[in-house]
Amino acid sequence: MAIEQVDPELVEFDVRTDEMLINMGPQHPSTHGVLRLVLRTDGEVVTNVVPHIGYLHRCAEKIGEKLSPRQWIPYTDRLDYLAGMNMNLGWAMAVEKLLDLEISDRARHLRVMMCELNRIASHLVAAGCYGLDLGSFTPFLYTFREREKILSLFEEVCGARLTYSYITPGGVTADLPPGWLDRCEQFLGEFEEVIPELHAVLTSNEIFIRRTAGIGVLSREMAVNYGTSGPVLRGSGVDWDLRRDGEVRVTKMYEDYKFEVIVEVEGHYPQDRDDYPPVPPEAVLGDCWHRFYIRMIECVQSIILIRQAMEKYRQCDEPLGEPIKTNQRLPKGEAYLETEAPKGQMGFMVVGDGTAIPWRVRARSSSFCNLSVTGEICRGCLLADVPAIVGSLDIVLGEIDR
Amino acid sequence: MAEYLVQFGFPVWLAYGGIAVVQCMILLGIMMGAAATFTWMERKVSGRIQDRLGPTRVGGRFGWLQSPADGIKLLCKEDLIPKDADPILFRLAPYISFSASFSVFLALPFANGWVAQHLNMGVFFILAVAGLEVYGVMLGGYSSGSKWSLYGCIREAAQVVSYEVPLGLCVLIPVMVAGTLDLVTIGNMQQGWGWNWMIFHSPFMFVTFFIFVTCAVASTNRAPFDLAEAESELVAGFLTEYSGFRWSVFFMAEYGSMVMVSGLGAILFLGGWYGPIPVAELLGLTHANHAILGWLGDLLGACNFLFKAFLGVTVMMWLRWTLPRLRIDQVMTTCLKYCVPLAAAMFVGVVLWSYALPGGIFPRKTPLGAVAEGPTWPAPQATGGETP
Amino acid sequence: MNVADIVERLKEELCEGVLQSDVQCADPWVEIDKDRLRDACGFLRDTEELRFDYLHCITGVDYLEPDPKKAKKIDWEPHFELLYHLSSLQHRHRIVLRIVLPRWQNDEPGRLPEVASVSDLWRTADWHEREVYDLCGVSFANHPDFRRILCPEDWEGHPLRKDYETPQEYHGIRVK
Repeated sequence: MAIEQVDPELVEFDVRTDEMLINMGPQHPSTHGVLRLVLRTDGEVVTNVVPHIGYLHRCAEKIGEKLSPRQWIPYTDRLDYLAGMNMNLGWAMAVEKLLDLEISDRARHLRVMMCELNRIASHLVAAGCYGLDLGSFTPFLYTFREREKILSLFEEVCGARLTYSYITPGGVTADLPPGWLDRCEQFLGEFEEVIPELHAVLTSNEIFIRRTAGIGVLSREMAVNYGTSGPVLRGSGVDWDLRRDGEVRVTKMYEDYKFEVIVEVEGHYPQDRDDYPPVPPEAVLGDCWHRFYIRMIECVQSIILIRQAMEKYRQCDEPLGEPIKTNQRLPKGEAYLETEAPKGQMGFMVVGDGTAIPWRVRARSSSFCNLSVTGEICRGCLLADVPAIVGSLDIVLGEIDR
Repeated sequence: MAEYLVQFGFPVWLAYGGIAVVQCMILLGIMMGAAATFTWMERKVSGRIQDRLGPTRVGGRFGWLQSPADGIKLLCKEDLIPKDADPILFRLAPYISFSASFSVFLALPFANGWVAQHLNMGVFFILAVAGLEVYGVMLGGYSSGSKWSLYGCIREAAQVVSYEVPLGLCVLIPVMVAGTLDLVTIGNMQQGWGWNWMIFHSPFMFVTFFIFVTCAVASTNRAPFDLAEAESELVAGFLTEYSGFRWSVFFMAEYGSMVMVSGLGAILFLGGWYGPIPVAELLGLTHANHAILGWLGDLLGACNFLFKAFLGVTVMMWLRWTLPRLRIDQVMTTCLKYCVPLAAAMFVGVVLWSYALPGGIFPRKTPLGAVAEGPTWPAPQATGGETP
Repeated sequence: MNVADIVERLKEELCEGVLQSDVQCADPWVEIDKDRLRDACGFLRDTEELRFDYLHCITGVDYLEPDPKKAKKIDWEPHFELLYHLSSLQHRHRIVLRIVLPRWQNDEPGRLPEVASVSDLWRTADWHEREVYDLCGVSFANHPDFRRILCPEDWEGHPLRKDYETPQEYHGIRVK
């Protein structure tokens, strides 16, 4: 039974066979959680992909209307649960923006340290799972080995390995335990040596390049128009990073820090050292390979940032400052703030009505926008490319479904 | 053996039948043992490669308890058959795969003359029967009533059938040099020092070996060619709906064919049961000296052979835990655009080499190309006429 | 171009379509007549000096005090607001568009307020409008694929409306 094709967006083939509808997910090993993709396939070729989300919807925004900003912090942990610190930070800064609150420098450096560590952890998961999506098991365990070290560092700081609730409006909940900076420095040293190893098993692997280069190309215009952000946006060659280009409140956090925004300039990346693989000739700007590579190089930037933060933290002896009280009254008005989370721009909005409980809470998820391009860039690819493309977007369903 | 029993007055049917059962039991034992060993080995190898904490510590001394625990777990699992599955074919499929994989061992010699069924066209038999394994996979995938399984089995069919072509070509090259399809004879031709091995026959043969490795990995469905399972794309491919015992039967078939291709590679290219140094000959462990000594020499040969086969399997594991998976079009491209033409070119190369240098570069004990006297023991089986 | 200039340009373009604005607050905003939304968006996106090419987010805020005691103290009429957070990657400026809608179309309870979709201008709006519809209950005209996104398709009600009542059960599953 041949299906009559009237949709001009569908891909045309020389040979037309019967089409098949397949549910990829919500229980599928490579959809990174409970994403469901409905694939319309013609043999191995995928003609259409429709993502269905909402399987992990936990009414976070509705719950936020019943809790005070400090009470809602644990819920932000569970948005992008691979980067809890960054989620805490986004919410904390949005509330600070509404309250017009400044934090101490000591807390600021701590925040930078934690967020960048968490960025490394998140990118490590992204890289490892991406290997898994392409059928390579070993890098996954290598990256998780490193991530465990980061989680142990976090555990020392805040007692939790995944849901930290560490960064709060007004600062952070606790100062560093003694000796932590040395252990962090030791980790950074170890991790630096692992990066070339990861490049060897993934980035420069011939099969890896063939599976990712030129696949799922997201053009610059499309990336901006779809509101993608983070490595997905930069992978398409858009030089945009909120740590440098964001609102004053965000850029002030990274004031007097030196780092580079990782984006391709004329076939090269800043910081692509000799022991890191060069851009392969097959790679097209905006493809899976570039998105992956940007995450890998961003880890290096994060190391640089953490080292600076540790140095600044050591020199800073002003008090840490107190986080806001649970019953802190919020002024009338609204504040929307986006921060650069590992997966992209995480926006939080808080509407105050004069009481301690916000009138409305909103979380603008980066993965939500990043995922929305799948339908567009998966069209006409092969079945095996679907996990490759979805994996390169690095989505977390906790953040998409909220 | 059977003739030996007949001499003592056993009825012919009983002698042949009994020996056949005994041989099957031994081979089945070897295969089960191999499957258990390889699950253990796979765990250990992957554990080491991946820096895992679990497999390098769990399961008693050397982790030997892990394999029995696996077996018990698989046997105790619920026996699931999906509602939409074809119940008969679904049940039948794993056994087809297993039988094919197992039958191959009937013709695979483990040492000089140590073969259940000495066939004078052993290579042909092995290739033909090993090709049957795909039917089990196809039936299993098709009868599961799942779209992912269907994808898996179609991929398997496309891939395995395609790879039989270059694999056959690669096998043909040593066979042509040896001038026989008899695996025992081919093995015995490589007696002596390591340079007598078929792989060192010519540079072309050397290249052929690597094409053979590629095709062998692809035809056993191991990573990076495990597209029929491809857990990140097809959930588990043709195995999606299988669980428990039936799944483990498929699994044993997979390990069986891994050993089979490794063993075939060892016999055809790597000197079979002869090590790089002819220890047995130097120590005088030959049948010419004494039957017991000869037997000891064969035992050494069998160990040699098993070592090579295990090495082959280890290399396959190493590949699996290192490389990402290829895409289906890349798998087919590798086969049709690279392996087939290359193997054909190597075939021509070896023909020309053999023509130019009939004796090879190194002096050989047994001149290649001439069918030697055949196996020294047991001589009467050389015709392969024994049929239980 | 600073925010005041952007608002001026918008006023020139839309005249009475611009209802209110505040350029002093933390997130400078412009309130646009809901019927002129598409004009405003097209103008903001396509004008060379403005070039608002990036839509961050669409947020729906329901202004209704369900508690009758508290409702006496408030100084605003129940209404619905949509916020469009826009920015320009090229010129690095940002603005918030505010649309005020009635809580129900023509004040008929149950009829969702309607506004034009901007998903052809920014594809970000595609999913965000679906989300606003799903959670807040605003209908978007001419949306290419208008259905719920987070809640199941047969879910009743729009959870982020202040008068939303959680159903007792969903397909036999206890919810409350």
